Amino acid sequence: MSFVAIADRDHEHALHDPQTFVRKYIWSQDHKVIAVQYGIVAICIGLVALVMSVLMRLQLGFPHVFSLIDPNDYYQYITMHGMIMVIYLLTALFLGGFGNYLIPLMCGSRDMVFPYMNMLSFWFYLLAVLILVVGFFVPGGPTGAGWTLYPPQSILPGTPGASWGIICMLASLAVFIVAFTMGGLNYVTTVLQARCRGMTLMRMPLTVWGIFMASILGLLAFPALFVSAIMMTLDALVGTSFFLPAISSMGKTMPHTGGSPLLFQHLFWFFGHPEVYIVALPAFGIVSDLLSTHARRNIFGYRMMVWAILAIGCLSFVVWAHHMYVSGMNPYFGFFFATTTLIIAVPTAIKVYNWVLTVWRGDVHLTLPMLFALGFIFTFVNGGLTGLFLGNVTVDVPLSGTYFVVAHFHMVMGVSPILVVFGAIYHWYPKITGRMLNETLGRIHFWCTFLGTYAIYLPMHYMGILGVPRRYYAYSSAIDFIPPSVQTANRWITISALFVASVQMVFLFNLVWSYFRGKPAGGNPWKSTTLEWQTTDTPPKHGNWGKDLPVVHRWAYDYSVPGAPDDFIPQNVPVDAHAPASHDSGKHT
Amino acid sequence: MTQNASMSVPAPAQPDGLRGASADFAADKQAFPVPWGKAMMWIFLISDTFIFTCFLTSYMNVRMSTTELWPNPSEVFALTVGGTTVPLLLIAIMTMVLITSSGTMAMAVNFGYQRHRQRTAALLFATAALGISFVGMQAFEWTKLIVDEGVRPWGNPMGAAQFGSSFFMITGFHGLHVTGGVIYLSVVASRVLSGFYDRKGTYETVEVAGLYWHFVDLVWVFIFAFFYLW
Repeated sequence: MSFVAIADRDHEHALHDPQTFVRKYIWSQDHKVIAVQYGIVAICIGLVALVMSVLMRLQLGFPHVFSLIDPNDYYQYITMHGMIMVIYLLTALFLGGFGNYLIPLMCGSRDMVFPYMNMLSFWFYLLAVLILVVGFFVPGGPTGAGWTLYPPQSILPGTPGASWGIICMLASLAVFIVAFTMGGLNYVTTVLQARCRGMTLMRMPLTVWGIFMASILGLLAFPALFVSAIMMTLDALVGTSFFLPAISSMGKTMPHTGGSPLLFQHLFWFFGHPEVYIVALPAFGIVSDLLSTHARRNIFGYRMMVWAILAIGCLSFVVWAHHMYVSGMNPYFGFFFATTTLIIAVPTAIKVYNWVLTVWRGDVHLTLPMLFALGFIFTFVNGGLTGLFLGNVTVDVPLSGTYFVVAHFHMVMGVSPILVVFGAIYHWYPKITGRMLNETLGRIHFWCTFLGTYAIYLPMHYMGILGVPRRYYAYSSAIDFIPPSVQTANRWITISALFVASVQMVFLFNLVWSYFRGKPAGGNPWKSTTLEWQTTDTPPKHGNWGKDLPVVHRWAYDYSVPGAPDDFIPQNVPVDAHAPASHDSGKHT
Repeated sequence: MTQNASMSVPAPAQPDGLRGASADFAADKQAFPVPWGKAMMWIFLISDTFIFTCFLTSYMNVRMSTTELWPNPSEVFALTVGGTTVPLLLIAIMTMVLITSSGTMAMAVNFGYQRHRQRTAALLFATAALGISFVGMQAFEWTKLIVDEGVRPWGNPMGAAQFGSSFFMITGFHGLHVTGGVIYLSVVASRVLSGFYDRKGTYETVEVAGLYWHFVDLVWVFIFAFFYLW
């Protein structure tokens, strides 16, 4: 039975534009509204994590001045800060937020393929966040096991939140995975099956490629976390021994016997490493589009960029145990995983070179999105270079568990994607709201954030090389290999962190203020080629395209094409004498 | 496939061989000539495969890590019928029932495409009934293990505690999949009977439900091989 693609049907399904406020903005099935809902919830819970990091920094920088938190709180905040930032902020924002907003618009679709399921995805995400928040109010508080939740300690007495907090955490993760699965299936199917005429895979903007591959990674990696969450819940509630060996805890012999704590680490990192790329690949894609648009130059090596995304995605499933060099696993594994880890640097380096070559001799406009994109390249290269240290077993062993690791992953997985998130918000906010964000506030936000994060994380590399262990509430004088200069560095870091955190309030203010008072943006303020800027209405209405779906005639990067009157040609402009195609305009698909 | 002339896109020249295959896949509009629901079900099943793979790998891992003896499944899952003890008798019947249900499912899909409303619905209900009997036998098996043999998730008299833990977790998770499938099939079957898909003009949902059902069946074959036979 042949199946007619949606773009080829005579009569598309009529979309009923919802009229009531509730159907339009609350129980909405419009991908754009769902995207904003995802974004708002993610930013709100991210602010909670930001406040916790401030409290932790106050403790570390001025251990005897403030007594806001005790050691238990410290562990709980470390755990929740990490988990919230990685899962509930970055993953949700990139896939649920930008994925939802951009995939249908950039692919020329009216909506996700199953809008109802898309709506459920958001409400399950909200439920997951609420369960997570409930964890703060149960007896014993949230879990303090570290964001990796390693058993046995995560469910044994002595760890804060070992009774109820960990259960809330695991339940919340399971619900989040259900939410993500519903969303992720939609994203992947929409990209594969619901593009408009002329939109071949090799004409898709790299943003869509990045989000598409990240969604696939999520669909294949989250199962491991889901399974380990179920098994740990059973260990904690039912008394099974999947992860618990025979243990004597506080003088008592536990009833558990014969489980494997290493199994959890393998399952966790089988999820955890692809998770790094679930966050990184959308950032890679978005930054490619930001650089190309604001440098008025086609992306350098589009095909290689696509292949690099695919290669990174595949390789990310065979590098997980580089997080476990000191875990006690078979040492021969280290050789294999160090090799694959270094191989993954090849496609990543290709991407970095291509970004730099895209900007090279381009007509660089130092707009806000461009500033953040350039900032991303700097921090990402920085984080990538320290990754070489941690990827090699012999160098990693002395650095494991020190502040070097903290500095590395905050640079590569914290600051870099967050800079892209900011850049993307400055870039697409005009499309979402119809108004520009304030330029001056944005510049203050960029320079303070970009330089401030270096002030925070560069000293941490130094501390790590000195051997300062991470996850310590305070450093007593009994640890005599730590020189006093470390405390000075800690104080400096705390002051910088407070500064950077407070600058984010400028950004939040800008978001709200510009919504009402921002400069009207028009339909295509950045003179961009991709389809989302070619909608008839700004912000786009339900169904996105008005009466007819767009038709794509060229790739997404026709900037500064020789012979063309404008320095950009939108994807839906036919190829003719006035609008020639550039040499790589997706002609060979 | 009708195309408005003014909106048509000049088709690029199609290369041969591997490049041609890649060009087909990367063509515009859609990568696979299938309905959205079917594409999405396939992707979901790949994701679900990873879940069951993680379950089974974890089971093998704890089977290696445990310090106690692993009980012999042939003895644990034996039934005594008329004085003779037959190993894995109930499991064999359960497996037969589930595989038979895949047969009825395939026939339902076939009749669906021929637009035989009654036969499609009847075969779907038959598939669901076989599914219920599978879950029923599983409940019987669980009861026998828990009540008669004293197997608990946290321990059992025959040996390693992980035997019971893995058994209840994996067969339980699979049983939930079967139960969900029975509900899913019943809904589809009632819609077939009510003429819903005739009005919609396509019976593709029957096939999509069939994909899920065959998957659940296939997973059982792996659980059977790795847990009961090994």
